[in-house]
Amino acid sequence: MAESKKTVFLANIWKNNPVIVQILGICSALAVTNNLTNTLIMGVGLIFVTAFSSLTISALRRMIPKNVRMMVQVLIIATYVIILDIVLKAYLPSISKALGPYVGLIITNCIIMGRAEAFAQSHGSVLSFLDGVSAGIGYSLVLLAVAFIRELLGFGTVFGVRVMPGGFTPWVIMIMAPSAFFILGAIIWIARTPIVKKK
Amino acid sequence: MGVPLNPFVIMIAAALTSNMVLSNFLGMCSFISVSKDIKTANGLGMAVTFVLTLTSVLNYIVYYYILLPLNLDYLRYIVFIVVIAAFVQFLEMVIDRFSPALYINLGIFLPLITVNCAILGGVLFMIIREYSLIQSLFFGFGSGAGWWLAIVALSAMRMRMREKDLPPQLVGPGITMIIIGIMALAFMGFSGMLPVQ
Repeated sequence: MAESKKTVFLANIWKNNPVIVQILGICSALAVTNNLTNTLIMGVGLIFVTAFSSLTISALRRMIPKNVRMMVQVLIIATYVIILDIVLKAYLPSISKALGPYVGLIITNCIIMGRAEAFAQSHGSVLSFLDGVSAGIGYSLVLLAVAFIRELLGFGTVFGVRVMPGGFTPWVIMIMAPSAFFILGAIIWIARTPIVKKK
Repeated sequence: MGVPLNPFVIMIAAALTSNMVLSNFLGMCSFISVSKDIKTANGLGMAVTFVLTLTSVLNYIVYYYILLPLNLDYLRYIVFIVVIAAFVQFLEMVIDRFSPALYINLGIFLPLITVNCAILGGVLFMIIREYSLIQSLFFGFGSGAGWWLAIVALSAMRMRMREKDLPPQLVGPGITMIIIGIMALAFMGFSGMLPVQ
């Protein structure tokens, strides 16, 4: 069988990475990438939501009528996002505040819808769950890479700990929006090099 | 914030200084995938502006007059997305019924809009910043117009890039990200023009 658990899991992390290869779902999360801690929390949240909504959608796939499935999927996703939002507010209030509207915006993150449509719709629950987890991980890894560069050069810190020597001048541009686009562009450029060479 | 700001200032700020895509990263998915051609980009921009303006007002009413009095604040994500989806569906039927010509231009983009982060993002910003009804109306319109402006500008640049000889790895999304970065830099020139962020 071509789609064993392992291949499904690994494909999303590298070969079929949602951000680099499919250019999906950069909407909601680039904004939090100027800080590694926030990005990590966002990534974990996203993995949670993708995994469980894939699981639910796949378990219910025979019961959902075809013509209203988008609506049902959005509602399922929104339910998990509300759970995530409430948990964050209760246990990590300061981070919940820093993330602001971007937690709610996970609902419209195309990755979750994309995985639901492309995978959970037609596969079993366990596989869909794994697919959701790995899509979330693949996505978080790219975001963490962006956040690492931005925080290191923008503040001279990694996870809030100072690593740059004292004389280091922070690059103000790294804290601001354009740098996220440049870094992501560069990451896509580097990551696509082996793919292009193979052709 | 809750400061009684001039709605007009809010509108300009939402369109230029804190542009939806270029400084808040909202609506990126369709921003990249639909910006290959200037005509479609224009159609989608128009649809987003229209829907964003009206759903801001609609969700304002739903949030302050239904959800808050009933203490259902925690349900707001579900309610907002349902309002947006229902409104888009309704709009699609109305346009189809009354103006087939407009439907051909705008109709195909409407389903895309439900999952466009710019719409939900606009609504959430409006709630978090505690805008009044009039402010929300202007904010919704300004954000939509800013998004429209950005996608038309991006698609025009991408059409010119098509004939250029790029390194093969950069073709497509890579170069698009870099163009967007430069655009974001250009839009940063507007900051400082207005007292709000």
